[in-house]
Amino acid sequence: MSVVSDRLKRSRVRNLREFGVETLLFLAAFVSVVVTLGIVYILISESLQFFQHVSLVDFFTDTQWTPLFADAHYGILVLISGTLTSSAVALAVALPLGTVVAIYLSEFASFRVREAAKPVLELLGGIPTIVFGYFALITVTPLLQKIYPDLPGFNILSAGLVMGVMIVPYVSSLAEDAMRAVPMALREGSYAMGGTRLQTALRVVFPAAFSGVASAYVLAISRAVGETMIVTVASGSQPNLTFNPAESAMTLASYIAGVSQGDLPHDSIGYQTIFAAGLTLFALTLALNIFGHWMRKKYREVY
Amino acid sequence: MIANNVAKSEPASIKAEVKNFNFHYGAFHALKNINMPIHERKVTALIGPSGCGKSTLLRSFNRMHDLYPGNRYEGEILLQPDNTNLLDPQVDPIEVRMRISMVFQKPNPFPKSIYENVAYGLRIRGENSRAVLDEKVESALRGAALWDEVKDRLNSLGANLSGGQQQRLCIARALATDPEIILFDEPTSALDPIATASIEELVTELKNKVTILIVTHNMQQAARVSDFTAYMYLGEMVEFGVTDQMFIKPQKKQTEDYITGRFG
Repeated sequence: MSVVSDRLKRSRVRNLREFGVETLLFLAAFVSVVVTLGIVYILISESLQFFQHVSLVDFFTDTQWTPLFADAHYGILVLISGTLTSSAVALAVALPLGTVVAIYLSEFASFRVREAAKPVLELLGGIPTIVFGYFALITVTPLLQKIYPDLPGFNILSAGLVMGVMIVPYVSSLAEDAMRAVPMALREGSYAMGGTRLQTALRVVFPAAFSGVASAYVLAISRAVGETMIVTVASGSQPNLTFNPAESAMTLASYIAGVSQGDLPHDSIGYQTIFAAGLTLFALTLALNIFGHWMRKKYREVY
Repeated sequence: MIANNVAKSEPASIKAEVKNFNFHYGAFHALKNINMPIHERKVTALIGPSGCGKSTLLRSFNRMHDLYPGNRYEGEILLQPDNTNLLDPQVDPIEVRMRISMVFQKPNPFPKSIYENVAYGLRIRGENSRAVLDEKVESALRGAALWDEVKDRLNSLGANLSGGQQQRLCIARALATDPEIILFDEPTSALDPIATASIEELVTELKNKVTILIVTHNMQQAARVSDFTAYMYLGEMVEFGVTDQMFIKPQKKQTEDYITGRFG
């Protein structure tokens, strides 16, 4: 009898402990969900007040963004164009370069080269973006001006190029992991057919790893769209509806950063523009993430 | 005695010959002084307990060991009719693999359509003519007894096939380039008995066209499909002979023990 009751007691203690741990874990997971929902709530509620003053039609069709001027215009396209142009320049650098680096590291580099190169690349991702920003402004822009003298001191091109270099390690690291996860049996199959290393890498390993590579690309796009400091420093603070990288322009993120530094009174329309721009940025990255998720599912390989 | 048996069974020509072959994985001496002939358009089986080196020997024929550092070949594997030593460092392993195909233990179709899986070897050899590819793909799939099952869905992914179909797809892939020898590395160990039977039947048919070297764990399989058998143990070739003779009356006690299941 005593033995059984002992066991019961022990199991009650164990159950209690299990319950405690479970609750702790749940709370930890819950915090991140609550924070996300809170952010979305604030973004939407403040934006709703903004849209009581500005119609959605004006917001999406006006070609000027001058919320702090006497003659205020609220055309978000101006900021979206700057965001898309700087992202396009950055991705034109980061995606090809990151992919090539990943293919090299995964399929060609010797063990020693890989072990030396990976930490260096990851270091590139650890440099504060403000440093990249001033690098673009005071090193890259003057260099570009030697080739293209008409280039203004603040321009999207220089910011985009440097942003691209900053994003390379994100792409290469994730894409390399995806390619290295491709089973050796697939590579051997290709080699056994007489394939060269390059043929094996491009025709077998890369397609097999494509779902992982695609999520690396989506992360890179999200990074580029949301990047703030480099564009704030190097591409100027003139809202400008343009898709020409040789001009200066403002992005959604750099507008938010710039305007938040001023002392706008709460409840003013200028203050609310921050949230409207933030909501637009959020919607853009959310759409990208959903797209990336869909890509990953579509191209998932079962080995 | 062995020579006699071979002569009696058929005046087969030699497709390849392993001569004084030694193989080292780093400091490990994995294959010791192997000598054996590979008869043209016959099935030669390599049997022996796990770790005896039969897969290592098989993978030497298409220089798969070149993919990993620290491996060393000594001796010769002479491929006829041109008497090329496959192991010669001067010989490009890609040339070797163009002549000798391989089918692996676990089906490993590429992440491509059925059609592109079979066309792979031709495409990497620079063949891009649709007409040529169509014809070769069809004849390879027919050769692998898979055509009727997949002819209506050549564009669906190879990975969507069943395990046995995938393995036949890999055989079709190996056949498409008209190799001189096909190496089979335990091709049925991941398959169910029905799929195994169909692969075995296929191997028996294929030997009319191509020389086959097969590694198997399954002695009944070796007895069913092969014309010649080599029994290996701890990196050495214990006995080589005509399969029927070897399974009825092995020359060595050690072989007999293994074949009769007393050991291994």
